[in-house]
Amino acid sequence: MRRISRVGRVITSCLAVCLVALLSMGAADNAARYNDIGHKLMCTCGCGQVLLECNHLGCPALARESEELQVAIQRGDSDNAILIAFQNEYGPTVLAAPMLTKFNIIAWIVPPAFLLLGIAGTAVLVRRWRQRVAARAVTERDPSFQAIRERIRRETQL
Amino acid sequence: MPTFGSFALLLALALSAYTLLAGGVALRQIAVGAGGRVSPERLAETARRAGIATFIATTAAAFALVWCAFTNDFSVSYILHHSNRALPGPYKFAALWSGQEGSLLLWAWLLATYGFVLRVRHKVDVKLTAYASTILAGIQVFFLLLLNFAAMPFSLVSGPVPADGFGLNPLLQYPEMVIHPPMLYLGYVGFAVPFAFALGALMMRYPGEKWIHITRRWTMVTWLFLTCGIFLGMHWAYSVLGWGGYWGWDPVENASLMPWLTGTAFLHSVMMQEKRGMMKSWNVWLIFATFMLAIFGTLLTRSGLVSSVHAFAQSPIGSWFWVFLIIVLSVCLFTFILQRDHLKAENKVESLVSRESSFLFNNLVLLAACFTVLWGTLFPILSEYVVGNKVTVSAPFYDRVAVPIGLFLLFLTAIGPLLAWRSSSFKSIRKNFVLPVIAAAVTGIVVIACGVRPWTIFTTDHQGEFYSFVAYCLAALVVTAVGSEFLRGARVISRNTGQSLLASVVQLTRRNTRRYGGYIVHFGVVVIFIGISGQAFNQKQEQEMALHQSIHIGPYTVECEGYSQDTNPNYDTEYALLTVYRDGRLVTKIAPERRFYDASQQPLTVVSNHSTLAWDLYVVYAGKNPDTGQPIIQVFLNPLVAWIWIGVAIIVFGTAVALVPNMSAALAASRVRVAVPQAVTAQGGD
Repeated sequence: MRRISRVGRVITSCLAVCLVALLSMGAADNAARYNDIGHKLMCTCGCGQVLLECNHLGCPALARESEELQVAIQRGDSDNAILIAFQNEYGPTVLAAPMLTKFNIIAWIVPPAFLLLGIAGTAVLVRRWRQRVAARAVTERDPSFQAIRERIRRETQL
Repeated sequence: MPTFGSFALLLALALSAYTLLAGGVALRQIAVGAGGRVSPERLAETARRAGIATFIATTAAAFALVWCAFTNDFSVSYILHHSNRALPGPYKFAALWSGQEGSLLLWAWLLATYGFVLRVRHKVDVKLTAYASTILAGIQVFFLLLLNFAAMPFSLVSGPVPADGFGLNPLLQYPEMVIHPPMLYLGYVGFAVPFAFALGALMMRYPGEKWIHITRRWTMVTWLFLTCGIFLGMHWAYSVLGWGGYWGWDPVENASLMPWLTGTAFLHSVMMQEKRGMMKSWNVWLIFATFMLAIFGTLLTRSGLVSSVHAFAQSPIGSWFWVFLIIVLSVCLFTFILQRDHLKAENKVESLVSRESSFLFNNLVLLAACFTVLWGTLFPILSEYVVGNKVTVSAPFYDRVAVPIGLFLLFLTAIGPLLAWRSSSFKSIRKNFVLPVIAAAVTGIVVIACGVRPWTIFTTDHQGEFYSFVAYCLAALVVTAVGSEFLRGARVISRNTGQSLLASVVQLTRRNTRRYGGYIVHFGVVVIFIGISGQAFNQKQEQEMALHQSIHIGPYTVECEGYSQDTNPNYDTEYALLTVYRDGRLVTKIAPERRFYDASQQPLTVVSNHSTLAWDLYVVYAGKNPDTGQPIIQVFLNPLVAWIWIGVAIIVFGTAVALVPNMSAALAASRVRVAVPQAVTAQGGD
């Protein structure tokens, strides 16, 4: 049991490292920034596609937004400043995903919180069930009793 | 014909209303032991027959609409707006589901078909089937009310009848669109059957788990239809939309994914109920949720509640769906509260490290995935309601939130089969996990050696390579775990019978088709994950191409041999003739097109795709430079896409295997069949 809990701790640590890795964001080098930020913006032509994935020939929105993005990167604006500038110019729908600001942070927090609470809740539930099972009368856990129950159940089902 | 169709719909409504009312009254009388002038059994029988007649009436209505499409009856508004004279035959047939009214008629017809099969096979369990039939009739009444009063497919055009129709949306003029919507609808509608059985079983306090046995095949077939529908939709999007991808996290796509996720959770958790008498309430609510999500998905896409690029079927019928959803939820809640003591579990999970526990976590993760998709789909509405600003929740959100959940699910897929029922000891865990973990570690090293750099997640905003790396390692874990399960069992058979290992694997699978069919499905899921993870390495080039000019991408060289245009009664087309070389050797000739449909005045991209196991060379004719007249060609190199479609084929095969009865049961059944005639002969002889 102690070995399992040690393994459990190691697995938990690994999962925590993976989670940090998933959520951490490093600074992109300049060469990749256009591609990175271009995939965080939507094309405003109404196609509903991410800016750099808009495949409309001669799409005016794509050309305008791409040019603005390139100018901002060359100017040395930070990623955040560029996204805010686009948001101010085109409205919040130009961002492909909500920013981590004010109310929008809820969008990011709720799903992982749901999963983590679910996992914690399930673990607690299983622990309680396990304790209840352990406290059961010995007769109920008698293998012959279980076998009879199984047989009755099988026979009463058509 | 429109009059005939309208009459058929009205008749179907009357018949299904009778099925609902007479069935309800009969079941009530049976439940309280009361009787009237007509015995409840006879009343229930008339309800069953009316239900069968509903199928005939609905089929007649569907036939009338298809007839109108084939005979170019443009006096029918629906046909005017979704067909035209030059439309090829198969697409005229597809017009049945290309618009709002037609697709609702398809819903009603499929529901009537499922109801027909259920009512014809009522002897499986007469009373339970009567409950399910009455509940199905309730759902049918809703759709027929919609078709008769809110979204009428046979409404006539006012004024003079135009000589030709406006045509079918060009995006729908693709072979897969003839089968993708019916598949999807077969899935959506099909979940109404297990839902009806679950609700019926709860209403009548049905003893035991027989309702699960009865609905198991229904649920699996339905799940398979929905799976195929989703992937056919992905393939259609990949082949027609021309953006190089197959899944855009659009609300319409999300609407199909949500019931699939809960349906998958249900398929897993019913095993706990069957084997250990656990999770009864959970299972009932899972199937309730699956059905309600199928309805909610339809509501999402029809009501204009969320904006979608799939806007071909929006109308103001959302309020009807809201009312229906509220009624369904109320009935489910009321029944559950009334009968919840009937759903007491016979056993509890005894250990965190057990098969039961892995099922619990698997359900939890599937539900979390479903919640994430629902949350992302609805968050724009919530944001608009709370702060007054509508935001976009697109691929970057799901990539960060939903993909890790999917990978966690893949991890559970690997460990679940390796755990024992009730409790697993540390020794057995170590024994079962050593090989899969080694396989995962070796795969990780090989993947890094092949040039994948998972650590770029720390230096850039790209999560793709990291996710791919994790997916490949987990894929190795699952494949080894599943493979060792097959091998372990097959070795025992081989030892005892002297058969070859392959023959033993076949025999093992035939002995427990459900279990090993399930493992094959898991293997298919792994193959799909591998295919999807290739997305991280997509490449794209775009270039205006003069004659004999080339584009280089990956190992390929695409050379322009010519460009031209053509016309036919349905559309005008521009295309480029391209030759593909690899290492100087001719590979293939392709001709990507851009069509312009006359009737609908809309363009369509026809992608040319050279697909191999390693990658797809996906070529799009993006248009023509008006100044030079030369084509602009987009070339994508999408790695491993073919694996996705292969994975789906494996899932279909695995589900088919799981649907086959176990060999021992089948042999026993054949013995019974053989025994009966012998007995009859013996009697005759006497």
